Amino acid sequence: MVARVLPYQLRMRHEARVEVVFGLLTRSCAYLVLALLAGVLLTLIYGSWPALKTFKLAFLTREVWDPVAGQFGALAPLYGTVVTSLIAMLLAVPFAFGAAIFLTETCPMWLRTPIATCIELLAGVPSIVYGLWGLFLFAPVLQQTLQPWLIAHLGPIPGIGRLFRGPPFGIGLLTAGLVLAIMVLPFITAVMREVFRATPTSLKEAAYGLGATQWEVVWHVVVPNARAGIIGAIMLGLGRALGETMAVTFVAGNAQNISVSLLAPGTTISAAIANEFTEAVGPLYLSALIALGLILFLLTLSIIAAARLMLLRLNARGPRL
Amino acid sequence: MKRFFKQVAAAGALAFIGSAVCAPAGAVNVTGAGSTFVYPILSKWSADYNARTGVQLNYQSIGSGGGIAQIKAGTVTFGASDKPLEPADLAAFGATQFPLVIGGVVPVVNLDGVQPGSLKFTGPLLADIYLGKVTKWNDPAIVRLNPGIRLPAMDISVVHRSDGSGTTFNWVDYLSKVSPEWKTKVGESTSVSWPSGVGGKGNEGVAAYVGQIKGSIGYVEYAYVKQNKMNFVQVQNSAGNFITPEAKSFQAAAATADWAHANDFNLVITNAPGADAYPISATVFVIMYKTPKVPGETKAALDFFKWALEDGQKQAEELDYVPLPPPLVKSIEASWKANIKTGT
Repeated sequence: MVARVLPYQLRMRHEARVEVVFGLLTRSCAYLVLALLAGVLLTLIYGSWPALKTFKLAFLTREVWDPVAGQFGALAPLYGTVVTSLIAMLLAVPFAFGAAIFLTETCPMWLRTPIATCIELLAGVPSIVYGLWGLFLFAPVLQQTLQPWLIAHLGPIPGIGRLFRGPPFGIGLLTAGLVLAIMVLPFITAVMREVFRATPTSLKEAAYGLGATQWEVVWHVVVPNARAGIIGAIMLGLGRALGETMAVTFVAGNAQNISVSLLAPGTTISAAIANEFTEAVGPLYLSALIALGLILFLLTLSIIAAARLMLLRLNARGPRL
Repeated sequence: MKRFFKQVAAAGALAFIGSAVCAPAGAVNVTGAGSTFVYPILSKWSADYNARTGVQLNYQSIGSGGGIAQIKAGTVTFGASDKPLEPADLAAFGATQFPLVIGGVVPVVNLDGVQPGSLKFTGPLLADIYLGKVTKWNDPAIVRLNPGIRLPAMDISVVHRSDGSGTTFNWVDYLSKVSPEWKTKVGESTSVSWPSGVGGKGNEGVAAYVGQIKGSIGYVEYAYVKQNKMNFVQVQNSAGNFITPEAKSFQAAAATADWAHANDFNLVITNAPGADAYPISATVFVIMYKTPKVPGETKAALDFFKWALEDGQKQAEELDYVPLPPPLVKSIEASWKANIKTGT
């Protein structure tokens, strides 16, 4: 209404101004996110400074965690974080791969949406629920079935057997890795499904036209086409596994040391922080926990950044994502 | 957060002035923060006290470390800690402390065919188990103390708290007092570098692990043992008697502990000397400013604690806490009069 009253040039000027304000507004929103990220990083560095100054780089390589003597090192939680995440990845990736292939290639059309929805629902279950389920249902079952079997059958083997020795507690790094695998499975499946769907239909149809079987189409057309996306999906899952806190705290056993056996209790960075933060008395103790946070922050940041890069490469190739 | 507390404090101050001018019973807000151990009883007490007087007590169970930090920052009326502060620490920020309620830390086991309360331990034996030196249930050291109980040739699985906690503090404080080796190798704090075992988060985590792992031993708060009917043990006290953990023996520990020689009640009552004292008894400490910024709030808090210490026993017993013995209550109230200026 107003615009019609104004002369043409005034209207143009008005619109230009709106345009500038709109641009500034959206730009500041985006910069705010960057500022927050930088703020988190700076706060972590500031908070961990006393510990980093005291222990220097040895903080990364020392296994000791002794609040009484004020001696701290990140190696045990770092080890636990990496091992539980690796176990989770080793188990979750093949299952996620299979499920995603099924959902995009071989599943009957009417079943695709229900299964995909269920996977998304699984991804939405709060981690504390996985923790309680892991502690009260999953760990006792493992203690009575899988762990005695591993100890009896794999334990005596020289070399690899060392990973499966000791008493079956039910909890420990292996259990934490298994629970993590179940938690990251829906994430990886969902992303893999998207990247498989990004395969151009023309390519697949051409392969079928040449007489390729379903297996051949998946292995020679779909997978190579989605390679970068698959790696991106795995890294997104890995990022989540590394940072997972509550579920791991419940089932990892929370022992601040490194054991060769996967059945032995261990801890992860996030579990150590969650466990000890409330009662961390003294600046050095608190600072050591914040330094753990900084390590985890940098670890997940680099992994998610790598995943994003992979997905960007996929974007450049595939038209549908 | 700080500003929020300041606003609450300001509101409390206004309310107090208002109440002083207009009516005796106003809506005074008392804020506290700290120990998770006292949270259940503090919320029960504050609900009952609120119904009676209209005074509102907000307690945030953020952990002892957090409670100490908050009272030092002056954001709360009182802090609560499972571990007493040194008199020098208290003097540094002009505060005083006193015990509020008693609890106990109880070793629990998971052994088939052993009745709750029948197994006997000495303090040094518990320390050796937690040090990883005694590793089998049929170790001669355990068998000698428990003639007539059939102990299996089973590995002992040690369970401890994974989170920093007052329960752990009192447990390792006791082990340090009875075992020189524990004192030098591990020491005492709200969390320590454990020589062996698995860590459960919270009393519920330890209880779950002990429940699931056959041949395990753990330690939890008394209320937890009672409510979950766990398989507790007797512990030998410094007088040489084997004591069952129960309200009576905790109170005996608090009554016989050497409060008279403890400045600012700076005393952990583990290994108390009484003949009937349970050796791993514990108290929770309340920390307050001697010269508070808002005297009205402190006065309201002290009125509340006076009521809780004198008339709150029933609620305490319902929740399986143990009230302080009357003579100790008397000396606490005397210390308030001597130390805390409420300005009225």
